[in-house]
Amino acid sequence: MEKRRELICIKCPKGCRIAVAMDGDEVVGVEGNSCPRGEEYVRKEITSPTRMVTSTVRLIGSDMNVMPVRLSGEITKGKIFDVMKEIRKCQVKAPVRMGEVLITDVCGLGVDVVAAAEALDVLG
Amino acid sequence: MIAYDLVIVGGGPAGLAAAVSAKENGVDSILILERENRLGGILNQCIHNGFGLHTFQEELTGTEYAYRYIQKVKELGIDYKVSAFVTDINVQKQITAAVRGEGLLEVQANAIILAMGCRERSRGALNIAGTRPAGIFSAGTAQYFVNVLGIMPGKEVVILGSGDIGLIMARRMTLEGAHVKCVAEILPKSGGLQRNIVQCLEDYDIPLRLSHTVIEIHGEKRLTGVTLAAVDEKLKSIPGTEEYIPCDTLLLSVGLIPENELTRQLPVTMLPETKGPKVDAGMQTDLPGVFACGNVVRVYDLVDNVSAAAVVAGRSAAEYLRE
Ligand SMILES: Cc1cc2nc3c(=O)[nH]c(=O)nc-3n(C[C@H](O)[C@H](O)[C@H](O)COP(=O)(O)OP(=O)(O)OC[C@H]3O[C@@H](n4cnc5c(N)ncnc54)[C@H](O)[C@@H]3O)c2cc1C
Ligand code: SF4
Repeated sequence: MEKRRELICIKCPKGCRIAVAMDGDEVVGVEGNSCPRGEEYVRKEITSPTRMVTSTVRLIGSDMNVMPVRLSGEITKGKIFDVMKEIRKCQVKAPVRMGEVLITDVCGLGVDVVAAAEALDVLG
Repeated sequence: MIAYDLVIVGGGPAGLAAAVSAKENGVDSILILERENRLGGILNQCIHNGFGLHTFQEELTGTEYAYRYIQKVKELGIDYKVSAFVTDINVQKQITAAVRGEGLLEVQANAIILAMGCRERSRGALNIAGTRPAGIFSAGTAQYFVNVLGIMPGKEVVILGSGDIGLIMARRMTLEGAHVKCVAEILPKSGGLQRNIVQCLEDYDIPLRLSHTVIEIHGEKRLTGVTLAAVDEKLKSIPGTEEYIPCDTLLLSVGLIPENELTRQLPVTMLPETKGPKVDAGMQTDLPGVFACGNVVRVYDLVDNVSAAAVVAGRSAAEYLRE
């Protein structure tokens, strides 16, 4: 039996409404996406949704209080709070370079927590 | 008094992109004046991703997007001064800035680009009954607290207004361990992007209460709760629908207006619709040699569009200086 689901693509600000036709667990039709990223998104969202996580970590020895961070890739949606737990425990010391890895392979998910800004000036 | 061909007021994405564009179009003497202690503007508090899809074909965080432009400005050897608050500007294109640790700086420019961005509407604009306890913040202020200062404003949160900043803060506070009870929106539809409703509210089961508003604030020293009520088509609260929600923090996602105190010192036409200066296709105001770009002209949703308009402003300023 065919079932239809409607999802909103979150890959860009346009937010296309995408209709997905399902036959059991199989996607048999995708409609309403304005670009190929939309189809890729709904296929993944239905089978194993993933998300980016951005946050901040404590920074010492800098005039900035915190260092913005991001993941090097998306993770399974269900692991967001596990990753946040690690991020909230983390503290780094200036200098920190843009893109520097601050937590390697966070929670064993195969992605790193990296710096999303730069703090080069070290306060004495 | 020092002299520069081009002075840019504001070192956010608009000012940075305009500087790069002017330089690439042949202007050598450029000075950016920024009142905060670093370049980047509002992007320094935008740690979320979703920036730069058009400009860089990848999804960057706000801070990463700003960094790319700051690096370009540095590579091109463009002069800038931070902690430099521009207080006055006149029709002779003389600019006065208060520079922390240095005193007053006076600059004579041949052309000026205004790129002061926008600020949040004051919360006086909202008239809600009840007390005025601590714990009420605009969403942008809360964003600055959490993402720049590293301080959480509270634990039990209600957000009034479903603009993008409010939605983004609902997720941000949740990730930092707060409990966001709901986002209330007086209109029947959210003003925020659909993608933010999905990834900031639905992902975290935060209810969006459409056609609802806060009608009363409770608490003496600190906020203890709010009264939420449904509204009718005339946006009037409907008696009998009141609901008390305990909370220690209320965020107001109240909307943005262009920051034009300085612009008003000049004889340029301001548009009531946008609350920004009137500009032509080259981003020039009706005072020749004075240009404007970014959120100071009108509130943009997308930083890529700000950067694109700033490129035009930088190019036009270069053409003006050549003539
Ligand atoms: C909370 C929030 C979330 C957003 N999220 C997104 C998003 O997800 N994706 C996206 O594409 N866009 C987003 N935007 C929009 C985008 O960030 C803005 O459109 C962009 O930053 C505007 O750039 P600007 O340079 O005009 O203004 P600003 O970034 O505000 O920069 C203006 C600069 O001028 C300085 N200044 C002001 N007055 C003076 C003065 N008198 N003297 C000296 N300096 C002065 C200010 O300090 C500031 O640094 C968001 C905006 C906000 C506010
Ligand atoms: S389908 Fe393409 S255009 Fe539509 S929201 Fe997704 S990424 Fe954007």
